[in-house]
Amino acid sequence: MRLKSFVVSIVAVFLPVAAYGQSGPGDDPMSLQGDDGQWVLPAKNYAATRFSTLNKITPENVTHLKVAWSMSTGTNQGHEGAPLVVGTTMYVHSSYPNNIFAIDLAKDGAIKWKYTPKQDNRAVPVACCDLVNRGLNYSHGKILMSTLDAQVIALDANTGKELWKVKNGDPTKGETITSAGLVVKDKYIVGISGGEFGVRGHVTAYDINSGKKVWRAYSTGPDEELMLAPDFNAANPHYGQKGLGTSTWQGDAWKRGGGTTWGWYSYDPTLNLFYYSTGNPGTWNPDQRPGDNKWSMTIWARDPDTGMAHWGYQMTPHDAWDYDGVNESILADLTIAGKKVQALVHFDRNGFGYTLDRTNGTLLVAEPFAAVNWAKSIDKKTGRPVEDITKRTKQGTVTKDICPNAMGGKDQQPAAFSPKTGLFYVPTNNMCMDYEATEVKYTAGAPYVGANVLMKPGPGGQLGELIAWDATTGKKVWGIKEQQPAWGGVLATTTDVVFYGTMDGWFKAVHAKTGKILWKHKVGSGIIGAPMTFLGPNKKQYVAVYSGVGGWFGLPVSLDLPPNDPYAALGAVGLAYKNGLDKATTKGGTVYVFELE
Amino acid sequence: MTRQAIIARWLAGVAVLLCAHAGRAVADEAKQLQVCGDPNNLPFSNEKLEGIENKIADVIAKDLGMTVAYTWWPHQRGLVKRVLNTGHCDVMLGIPKGYDPVLWTKSYYRTGYVLAYRKDRGLKVRTLDDPLLKKLKIGVQVNTPPHDALGKRGIVGDNVVGYQLMFDSNFHAEDYPGKLVEDLIAGSIDVALVWGPIAGYFAKKKAAPLELVLLEDKPESGNRFAFDISMGVRKGNQELKGKLEEALARRHDEIKHILDDFGVPLLPAAEEKARGNGAR
Repeated sequence: MRLKSFVVSIVAVFLPVAAYGQSGPGDDPMSLQGDDGQWVLPAKNYAATRFSTLNKITPENVTHLKVAWSMSTGTNQGHEGAPLVVGTTMYVHSSYPNNIFAIDLAKDGAIKWKYTPKQDNRAVPVACCDLVNRGLNYSHGKILMSTLDAQVIALDANTGKELWKVKNGDPTKGETITSAGLVVKDKYIVGISGGEFGVRGHVTAYDINSGKKVWRAYSTGPDEELMLAPDFNAANPHYGQKGLGTSTWQGDAWKRGGGTTWGWYSYDPTLNLFYYSTGNPGTWNPDQRPGDNKWSMTIWARDPDTGMAHWGYQMTPHDAWDYDGVNESILADLTIAGKKVQALVHFDRNGFGYTLDRTNGTLLVAEPFAAVNWAKSIDKKTGRPVEDITKRTKQGTVTKDICPNAMGGKDQQPAAFSPKTGLFYVPTNNMCMDYEATEVKYTAGAPYVGANVLMKPGPGGQLGELIAWDATTGKKVWGIKEQQPAWGGVLATTTDVVFYGTMDGWFKAVHAKTGKILWKHKVGSGIIGAPMTFLGPNKKQYVAVYSGVGGWFGLPVSLDLPPNDPYAALGAVGLAYKNGLDKATTKGGTVYVFELE
Repeated sequence: MTRQAIIARWLAGVAVLLCAHAGRAVADEAKQLQVCGDPNNLPFSNEKLEGIENKIADVIAKDLGMTVAYTWWPHQRGLVKRVLNTGHCDVMLGIPKGYDPVLWTKSYYRTGYVLAYRKDRGLKVRTLDDPLLKKLKIGVQVNTPPHDALGKRGIVGDNVVGYQLMFDSNFHAEDYPGKLVEDLIAGSIDVALVWGPIAGYFAKKKAAPLELVLLEDKPESGNRFAFDISMGVRKGNQELKGKLEEALARRHDEIKHILDDFGVPLLPAAEEKARGNGAR
């Protein structure tokens, strides 16, 4: 039955792709996302579940997985995200300079075309934490991509020819793009990175046919620029409504207010709402920006056609820890206390796992999924954290043992949801930090007194854990401890096989119900990418994942940073070397494709 | 994401460094003082050798019977890690004493952050506690001690204009350090809180009638505005540290002359202060 429907959709898809330029409704990711033979969206589907109904690989036969083929991407920085498979073509992306390869799966992996965008290399030194890119989008015969230097580009999926390109930001002002964005109907919605330079965050929709900017909604500033709908937060007025994008800042600080948008996006076609969230407020020092600093650290729900926001929920008001709120929001229909809920589940850097009603933002569950001590709980009535004031950082003050650390209880690594088990599979970090006042710092000829961040292992000593999470109660069901932070994404399948990769280079298959490790394979470099699965032209099920260590924690290895400064890379160097990451893996980008023997 | 970008200038700078390193291999290293210089950051240093540190490097090298050889790298992210510690150069000039990534010499001058305004404005502001500061338009280098001090006093409103200290001559030429002082002279801000050598140099260069008030240094109450300035060498390089300290002592007067020439507002150095009042 499943196989039959796949064959039908392949035909439906294939004709339009061949006759590019005359694409039909079958070439829309809205319909393609339902075909599990393909993987056409960054997170598999608009709900961002990273769940596949492909069933040929099972807990019983997964031990027979072997490498079918692999290919170098030609770059050595970290590789996040996943390749796409549309029809019989796989689209592979790399870290900067963002090489794209179209690979013909019907012809033994022959390269159909290769494309490398011309980029302004001034983007390189302003990129915060490794030169990553989180992937591509596909729609109507086009590959849509963003580049480190903040260009947005549409390519002909069949030839790799540029169809249009526009500038979404200026790298000389610190603006870069690392996120994949999301194509919704005839628009490609993209974000911006650069919070450490006080970049004012926004999401922008471009017409996929012309590249014309349709709307841009900011994270901070006046209501018109925030694009608030008249019913904004009507169901939860206590979250805040009008005027707060400026009034929760002093003076014009909102203009440099951060709230960048470098994470993963999702979309509910029935509600016609797309979901994304914003990063930390600028500037770095919280003393300089008294107030809640809205709408940094916020989960947003917007109409993709107009850009107007219908609700917004700020998780970490007046951030003092760098808990960017940008992680993915997974859309799942759950039953909570006997009631069916259209839920949105989000595992935040701040260590809390949030379950919200995605129709209006109402907070249903908020429980820590990692070691957390900056807040005791989240007050359900107000939606605000109940802070431990002794863990709030302050310029010139030493604050020890704050959990989680600035990398968060979870960073960009996306979780998966299995409707079959009802569980979320979440790659997490287990790290804490000390804020240390230092005697003296120095830049550009002038001294100042600054803080250093010292990263350290969380309780138990391991730095990571893959957990299974029940979002209806906010409870962990099982966990697999990892020596390194679990910085790779997760794939769940209907046969109860869950795949994930580790920074020390192990690609693992585990049982969705028990967490039992079923199979593992060591790849060429640590994994910070997200696994995906598809059917090949021969109808075999394949699983693919990027290998290529990097990201914030992996930067010391991907850049060969010397081990003698524990505070370098914002504290990553000390802990990465102490924890043996440099002895566990080396750098280098490769896409690996696995099949059953 | 976040914080000071980490990638630094490594990719852009590697070619320059390779050249510098190759040049160094063939030179008579014993006769060269290998200085880590900022290529474009007056008043401190530039490639035309017009800065305070360029002049002082010449004096010290001459005293030691050496010539100066530069490795150019902005005095920003990655300098110690990628340039000093990797041996491309041996000494940084003008770093604050206590800057812990390096081994620092005895200090050779002491200066501080100043509060500056046009003399013709009729202002009499002497401290950050003056209530007038809530009304005046203040230009301040962001994330510096006076910026923090304003935050602690609740002066964070519309009247505070931030200027970048993380000036980058490659990418943000318009943000060069003198901009703050030029805006003060032009009158678009009423007062400036700025690192003393920068204020002194640009005021002198523009022959502007500026009042420079050194902020009172009270480290015990979290208002640390004055710093002793040293040279920095790689940790463990006691030999060079010793040589530099001897030369600095011998050339004390010449160095003082250079600092005066550049309009650096000087405070008594820690050692002189101890002799002067015995308090510290």
